[in-house]
Amino acid sequence: MSAERHSRAMRGLAPGRIALALLALALYALPARAVEPDEVLADPQLEARARDLSRDLRCVVCQNQSIDDSDAPLARDLRILVRERLKSGDSDREVKEFLVARYGDYVLLRPRFGAATFLLWGAPLLVLAGGGLWVLGVIRGRKVGTASEARQTASLPPEDEARVRNLLESGKPDPETRPDRG
Amino acid sequence: MKRLVFLVPLALFVIALGYFALGLTRDPAKLPSTLIDRPLPDFDLPPIAGRTTGLRSADFHGGPKLLNIWGSWCTACVVEHPFLMELARVSEVPIMGVDWKDAPGAGEKWLARHGDPFTRIGDDPSGRAAIDLGVTGAPETFVVDARGRVRHKIIGPIGPAIWAGEIEPLLRQLRAEAAADTTQGATDVR
Repeated sequence: MSAERHSRAMRGLAPGRIALALLALALYALPARAVEPDEVLADPQLEARARDLSRDLRCVVCQNQSIDDSDAPLARDLRILVRERLKSGDSDREVKEFLVARYGDYVLLRPRFGAATFLLWGAPLLVLAGGGLWVLGVIRGRKVGTASEARQTASLPPEDEARVRNLLESGKPDPETRPDRG
Repeated sequence: MKRLVFLVPLALFVIALGYFALGLTRDPAKLPSTLIDRPLPDFDLPPIAGRTTGLRSADFHGGPKLLNIWGSWCTACVVEHPFLMELARVSEVPIMGVDWKDAPGAGEKWLARHGDPFTRIGDDPSGRAAIDLGVTGAPETFVVDARGRVRHKIIGPIGPAIWAGEIEPLLRQLRAEAAADTTQGATDVR
């Protein structure tokens, strides 16, 4: 009897199956970080929302980690709280409002657009617009510049004009300019 | 005049530099409380072991009080505690305590060892009341006025300097406000 059971167990532990089980375990371990198994909600859809929300919420004691990443006890409490609010039917927005009411805008890792943050969000656009205007100015300035330079060459002093013509025709180096090398 | 245009980026850089330098001097762990000038959140906490009365938000009506968040696991609270003991002896302000996320009995043991300066203590083992209060760590001390509104919050241990500079002047002001409120109430009745 025991031999039969033993062989059945052996069949169950074929090398391929072990590899598959290990792979499954490894894949299972990847997304799990600070979130502990007892926190995970039974409803996968709610759990996914909780994970998404937690990634956007700052762990107030560890500054630049989300509560999804942090092992701090307060982060764990907040994760559980987020899940409880979701279970009781709160929308994502309501959950965020709930925490902002307690910890201020600081809990949001992605700052909201508002009177205090419009510069923060608008800065890239402002820099782009400013840079664009500058480039436009440079391009226009260059066009004006080349036109005036052309006018200047046209009205070269007579002795220089003679020298230039002389140089172009003879093909020899200018005796008045000292070569840098050689 | 046209050369000055090249100084604009430099000027912007210097302004940004000054701004960031200022930012470096500020402690990012010190979050301003969202509760300032707002009533305490509703809570009704059970007593800790060895005590018969817990702590409710309604207990804060009738005069300015301090609300101190502590726990037996909190090392900075040990630093702060002698000052709270001193306050309980020399000052008339009631100190209310919230024993935050402590194991059953741990708070009582800690107070037996270090002394008990608290008028009332509420037990908050789940930490929910502390979250409602926006607490990020212990110790934290709230100054609550006679109407139960939070007027100030100090993060970290309080000591003689913070007491003399921030808490005592505010308490004096809050007592004056409370006195004005009661005479106001008396004339309203008449």
